[in-house]
Amino acid sequence: MTMAAAVRVAPGTALRDDFAILERLIDGHRLVYLDSGATSQRPRQVLDAERAFVEQHNAAVHRGAHTLAGEATDAYEAARARIAAFVGVDAEEIVFTKNATEGLNLIASAFVNATAGVTGGVDGAERFALQSGDEIVVTELEHHANLVPWQQVCAHTGATLRWYSVTDDGRLDLDSLQLSERTRVVAFTAQSNVLGTRPPAAEIVRRAREVGAVTVLDACQAVPHEPMDLHALDVDVAVFSGHKMLGPTGIGVMYGRRELLAAMPPFLTGGSMIETVRMETSTFAAPPQRFEAGVPMASQAVGLGAACDYLSTIGMSAIAEHERVLTQATLDALADVPGLRLLGPMSTEDRGGSVAFVLEGIHAHDVGQVLDAAGVAVRVGHHCAWPLHRRLGVAASIRASFGVHNDLDDVEALVAGVAQARRYFG
Amino acid sequence: MSSLDDLYREVILDHARSPRRVGLREPFQSEVYQVNPTCGDEVTLRVRLDGEGTDALLTDVSYQPQGCSISMASASVMAERVTGRSVAQALAAYDSFHTLVTNRNASPPAAVDDEDDSAAFAGVAKFPARVKCALLGWTALREALVRSTAL
Repeated sequence: MTMAAAVRVAPGTALRDDFAILERLIDGHRLVYLDSGATSQRPRQVLDAERAFVEQHNAAVHRGAHTLAGEATDAYEAARARIAAFVGVDAEEIVFTKNATEGLNLIASAFVNATAGVTGGVDGAERFALQSGDEIVVTELEHHANLVPWQQVCAHTGATLRWYSVTDDGRLDLDSLQLSERTRVVAFTAQSNVLGTRPPAAEIVRRAREVGAVTVLDACQAVPHEPMDLHALDVDVAVFSGHKMLGPTGIGVMYGRRELLAAMPPFLTGGSMIETVRMETSTFAAPPQRFEAGVPMASQAVGLGAACDYLSTIGMSAIAEHERVLTQATLDALADVPGLRLLGPMSTEDRGGSVAFVLEGIHAHDVGQVLDAAGVAVRVGHHCAWPLHRRLGVAASIRASFGVHNDLDDVEALVAGVAQARRYFG
Repeated sequence: MSSLDDLYREVILDHARSPRRVGLREPFQSEVYQVNPTCGDEVTLRVRLDGEGTDALLTDVSYQPQGCSISMASASVMAERVTGRSVAQALAAYDSFHTLVTNRNASPPAAVDDEDDSAAFAGVAKFPARVKCALLGWTALREALVRSTAL
């Protein structure tokens, strides 16, 4: 299978058979899984790839000289190349992490370590050193994973945290903040995990470039749902997670522009990531190994590579269009529900397949409970975006998020469940 | 809807709609704020005590909740259940409520009096995601008692 492969099957109903979990009944009801934004379900193609690796090639990657060790290393590195191609970058620019959160902590730690002078002897690491008065810019849309680590960087370094604010309709207000020569980092989401908002990434990157800031993209909610070319986007760093893109948990990806990765001091340290070790001190390997301490997650990498194949076979443009149709249908149907407030953009323009809403007088948890009783799995709460919820004046919301296997029947089940919740608590 | 009705007993919905003893009142010995970090639900709770140590009487429990019907109702039931009781009795009530909502096999404790609606929460144990909701107000109470009586 290649990225150019013809569409094998259209996204939606026809893919349901690939997902064994969708055969489950919840309280006697067909499972309607609308929580792919939290974690996606895995098709059997991904599970088969993981199982085949473990049953035939399993060994510790980058160690040992036996046959299995060589095969495991090849499979792991092939997965790296596959994933790199999927997002339009080179294999050497892909670092495997535990999850996307760890990837963000990895880039954040480069600033903390360099500021403290702990460079690991890496040439050029001083470019990450921050001074009091330097600014780190984020947005009010961010998931906690792309906010809290930057708060910590500021606490360690004396840098100041600033943010683009959000408009009432859930768009980023690019006039709310002017970048300056003091701006060292601009960290932002490719798609809000709550509202689905897709900020104008190219324009943000352009502005950050003008002032020489490092751009960090949280691409968790974008990579599984739309075509992504990180080189074309010209972003410096991007993270995404395996389990949100039909892949396994326990693996995330941090992309770093080649020259930037080369200058980054190490993060987690230990085996695998060294060049030489003496009792007094050590030197460190070139990227990406410098950032992959310890025996890595090999079967997960293989599974993630298979997930890229699976998504590519359907086609990312087809997936994006499919989810746009589902999102439009959901927005249209929910807009008619009395007492229901949709959060975020009301159109599908520059917006992905995550629909958040609240019901007047009924708490999100209670709505979610009624939906669950009807087999409809949604996320309720603040979805790790507490400041965004505060900005929108709600404590908690209900979020439906789409994946490749969803169809209009699922949208119908959601809308029926919402009506049921209104009756139950009315 | 049978499993839903197990959770949302009529008495719970009633407490959620009209929480008893709600609002923050003066005077008070201690005030605590508790939050459920997964959903952002919160409660601020005050206790007024008469006396010292675990024999002290809880003469008022006042609270301002923001949350789902389970957390609102459980705070309301808690306030009714422990007001006028001793600190020792309130802590025992906490323990018994905690057991009720966390132990799937527990049989509902006998109501201490006609005013006690705690038993309605027995269904919560079957919904692990809602246990924290049911305990939010009770956790605040326990924290307030610990603080004001130096237990």
